[in-house]
Amino acid sequence: METILLFSPLVGALIAGFTWRLIGETGAQAAATALLFLSCLLSWVIFLGFDGETYTVPLLTWIESGTLFTDWAIRIDRLTAIMLIVITTVSALVHLYSFGYMAHDENFKEGESYRPRFFAYLSFFTFTMLMLVTADNLLQLFFGWEGVGVASYLLIGFYYRKPSAGAAAMKAFIVNRVGDFGFLLGIFALFWMTDSIQFDVILPMGAELAQMTITFLGMELNAAETIAFLLFIGAMGKSAQLLLHTWLPDAMEGPTPVSALIHAATMVTAGVFLVCRMSPVIEYAPMAGNFIIIIGAITAFFAATVGLVQNDIKRVIAYSTCSQLGYMFVAAGVGVYSVAMFHLFTHAFFKAMLFLGAGSVIHAMHHEQDMRNYGALRKKIPLTFWAMMIGTLAITGVGIPTTYIGFAGFFSKDAVVESAFAFGGELGSFAFWALIVAAMFTSFYSWRLMFLTFFGEARGSKHTHEHAHESPWTMLAPLAVLALGAVFAGVVWYNSFFGKTDQVATFFGVEYVDTYASGDHGGEEAAHGEAAADTHATEGDSHGSDHHYVFTSPPGEGAIHAAPDNDILNEAHYVPLWVKVSPFAAMIIGFLTALWFYILNPSLPGRLAAAQRPLYEFLLNKWYFDEIYDFLFVKPARWLGRTLWKGGDGAIIDGGINGLALGIIPFFTRLAGRAQSGYIFTYAFAMVLGIVILVTWVTLRAGG
Amino acid sequence: MDNLLSIVTFLPLVAAVILAVFLRGEDAAAQLNAKRLALAATSFTFVISLAILVQFDPNDTGFQLVEESEWLFGLTYKVGVDGISVLFVLLTTFLMPITIASCWGVTHRVKEYMIAMLVLETLMIGVFVALDMVLFYLFFEAGLIPMFLIIGIWGGKDRIYAAFKFFLYTFLGSVLMLVAMIAMYVDAGTTDIPTLLNHQFDAGPMSIMGWQIAGGMQTLLWLAFFASFAVKMPMWPVHTWLPDAHVQAPTAGSVVLAAILLKMGGYGFLRFSLPMFPVGSDIMAPLVLWLSVIAIVYTSLVAMVQEDMKKLIAYSSVAHMGFVTMGIFAANQQGVDGAIFQMISHGFISGALFLCVGVIYDRMHTRDIDAYGGLVVRMPAYAAVFMLFTMANVGLPGTSGFVGEFLTLIGVFQVNTWVGVFAATGVILSAAYALWLYRRVVFGDLIKESLKSITDMDRRERAIFAPLIVMTLLLGVYPSLVTDMIGPSVEALVSHYDTALANHVPDTHVAATH
Repeated sequence: METILLFSPLVGALIAGFTWRLIGETGAQAAATALLFLSCLLSWVIFLGFDGETYTVPLLTWIESGTLFTDWAIRIDRLTAIMLIVITTVSALVHLYSFGYMAHDENFKEGESYRPRFFAYLSFFTFTMLMLVTADNLLQLFFGWEGVGVASYLLIGFYYRKPSAGAAAMKAFIVNRVGDFGFLLGIFALFWMTDSIQFDVILPMGAELAQMTITFLGMELNAAETIAFLLFIGAMGKSAQLLLHTWLPDAMEGPTPVSALIHAATMVTAGVFLVCRMSPVIEYAPMAGNFIIIIGAITAFFAATVGLVQNDIKRVIAYSTCSQLGYMFVAAGVGVYSVAMFHLFTHAFFKAMLFLGAGSVIHAMHHEQDMRNYGALRKKIPLTFWAMMIGTLAITGVGIPTTYIGFAGFFSKDAVVESAFAFGGELGSFAFWALIVAAMFTSFYSWRLMFLTFFGEARGSKHTHEHAHESPWTMLAPLAVLALGAVFAGVVWYNSFFGKTDQVATFFGVEYVDTYASGDHGGEEAAHGEAAADTHATEGDSHGSDHHYVFTSPPGEGAIHAAPDNDILNEAHYVPLWVKVSPFAAMIIGFLTALWFYILNPSLPGRLAAAQRPLYEFLLNKWYFDEIYDFLFVKPARWLGRTLWKGGDGAIIDGGINGLALGIIPFFTRLAGRAQSGYIFTYAFAMVLGIVILVTWVTLRAGG
Repeated sequence: MDNLLSIVTFLPLVAAVILAVFLRGEDAAAQLNAKRLALAATSFTFVISLAILVQFDPNDTGFQLVEESEWLFGLTYKVGVDGISVLFVLLTTFLMPITIASCWGVTHRVKEYMIAMLVLETLMIGVFVALDMVLFYLFFEAGLIPMFLIIGIWGGKDRIYAAFKFFLYTFLGSVLMLVAMIAMYVDAGTTDIPTLLNHQFDAGPMSIMGWQIAGGMQTLLWLAFFASFAVKMPMWPVHTWLPDAHVQAPTAGSVVLAAILLKMGGYGFLRFSLPMFPVGSDIMAPLVLWLSVIAIVYTSLVAMVQEDMKKLIAYSSVAHMGFVTMGIFAANQQGVDGAIFQMISHGFISGALFLCVGVIYDRMHTRDIDAYGGLVVRMPAYAAVFMLFTMANVGLPGTSGFVGEFLTLIGVFQVNTWVGVFAATGVILSAAYALWLYRRVVFGDLIKESLKSITDMDRRERAIFAPLIVMTLLLGVYPSLVTDMIGPSVEALVSHYDTALANHVPDTHVAATH
């Protein structure tokens, strides 16, 4: 079953890519889509039937060299199972959606077949993404990692006629390669230390790695810290975290279904998955963990600020994705991996939904993406409007604090924020406040998007507005399914991801004990007693005060790992009430500000932008990261290349050798003279002479 | 078949003689016959060479299929293969039919062209099977003559310059290697390679004109061989002949040059330098590692700014060969496995890339990157093939290009993290130059008037690429096909090397005990 699940997208890709001439374009699309739905069905079967016990299905040997051993295999544990349903569900829906969205595309001329190619890429992407999450060793994970990179490259550059698409595709691949550079070094370091890159071997060694020292670049460093740090560099690239984020907004050059699938729900979360997968190592690398928190928190904040002023509907959502990924990393960095996965899980639904909704708007508006040319679309495309509304309610985290009532994002975002606060210390409060401010901005730009698109006056081309039409059912049905996820994914799985420690432990297949029984709970009970009254849990009150569960599995057992002293999951439930309410407050402030700016007083944003020109420009230009990188890396690299070529190869090396040979060349040229290939014989003569010397010598010696 | 290796080696030469003696005329029919005969001969050679694969036992780390007989002047003709060399023989026989098929469009002096190719094949196989030093030298040096002819007669307009450059580079190295071989003969009293492999050359410190030389004789011999192999690789800074040679060579010449001839240097390091002069290798390894890193970073940067497609790919070849030398002198299992794998894989990938250039050069007669753009519009099949090999060149996992890069990197990382880190930047740089090339040639809208009627690959061209595609993917997904063959021999080589180093009493230690 696992094998079918994994390979049916690949088969779909091959069928769509190579046999569409035989079975027709629609046939190819249908085949790829059907196979993905099959894969999706099997994923749900595995997810719902999974008992927490990790198992591996080996397929084939891959790279073997000395003690290095890797194979192709399918490893199923809770992390994988979660990723499986996220990937295949969103992918299957995106396939279906693409029937409608890609039906007519002005980027291609009459008679050009692009649809089978599109579906082939989508299915290929899904296959590599599945390879990534089912890997039982770091190298197969890296295969998937790079494979999704290629699929992403191909899909970003799908509109090959547009120069901007080609540039964006290239940029995405290269920036990701910078991350992969770190990832690879992490693999090398890990292999050097443990002589393996199999998860079965390396994950249990987390605590030991913390005791080892690696000599890296002349420095004596802690092995666990170094490895965790290097692997995280990889995660930063794939998940578009600050410094390596510049490719994600440009990736919006790809068709919108691609943005939903790859650049929102699945590929970009691979970094989060990697960190969670390596949790047994990260747990013993506190400095690397802190670094993850810092990067995550700053990214969440940074991307949200840029999102405030973007005008392209897809770019707003792209920066939003970047920001939400920061949330996930904060959760992972503080050591609550289940919450990182929780936010990944819910985010996949509502973000895919927002993108597909945006796609529906773009589809209705004839590929117009500038929100300044939207407005008043609520009545034209009501179903899309309601879908977007649900997505917005989910991403802004609408819900009633301390209750079980709310959209998916409400639960997972609050869980992240509370975990950050529970982490404590300066770093914890820094992360907490960064996330709160980001939440406020999130609410603002999400509502800004809604107001600009669906409310107010119709702006831009009159013709386009008159012809705006609701999308076909193939596009609306996926929105409906995702809407279910955006509404219910949080509440249904709340306890599994962010319930009491014992519930989370059971879900992730980790062992736990009740320390209350063993008596070391005494001191904490008083402190928690009061807070327990405010917990989300209604039936959990008595549990909360009576039992204190901790994870006890050794590293490598179960899907995630918490170090013995990591009690943040538990403490996150006992944060003060104001902490629990603050994301809600931030959301309200963001909403009201957006309402004021774009409904009540629509001329305000323009005046504000004019008044705060430098700040506005700074945000609009994305903090000038592209310009800075161009100045720091791109231009110097090209200058260096040119200098080395003309100066190094040309002047110094060739110059030196030619100078040395200045007397010789004319001699040979004369020899070559009239006979066109005379020099050949010169050379042959020299060689024969050499052989004769050697042979003579050998014979003489043998004779003597 | 007792003389299987000799048959495989000399079959192409026999075909060349037949061509030379019996084929007359320059008309189209004669040309076609020459091509057909050459294709048949090389294909037949490949089929027979598969028998080597069948008879070869990977777990036997000694030489197999050995043939030995007396030859001229009391010299010995001795051939055989082990895990290190056997795949190079197969690489050669595999690629030659493809190469021949790729020059179907040639009309200038076709018979001679085919003869040159066939002779070249014999000489190249000879290098990899020779088990006698003199024989090796003969094949090694003679192989350049047909290559020169190919560049000099069927090449571009600056072919004389390119050939001279190559000559100057090669000459010094060859002379030094010759001197070293004589010295080895004086010392060991034999030219038999298997015997030499177990001969311990003196590694005691030596003083020449007041210069103290660590590793003594071994270091000197190592340096002499290095001079020759480094040029052939080519390693930085003696690489500048390669871009010129590639630019001037015809497509088929470039394919053979990149795919097979460049592997002779690497093979030489593995056959001579590492096992025969372990102490010298150990002393000089840091130098090689750093030269390799410079090659990777430097030539990748240079590749990024090229305007000529062939030059770009040539520079990329130098960078990829940097991984090879780095892996060899990491001198551990992963490093050496990776180096051999990288050489095999580069044979398919670089060959295919030069063929990719050839496809559009045949149509437009220019290698200028700026002359292209938007080819995907009219050449979707070409775009797909070029994409695949671009990605393989970039070292995408799942293609053979990844395995070699990964293994050499993981091998060298355990030896020197600085080298590992700098070499790994090649991962970023290769993506930059390769995708930049692809974007400029294939992506974009097709607006250039001259390209408006360009046609996609025909059946013959697709057939040429098919086996290369299969090998690139097959070895990428199941590299054990290669590592199982070479693994035991590499293990023996590495342990031989380590033992030799362990037995060698370092100079300082000797001084201390006295």
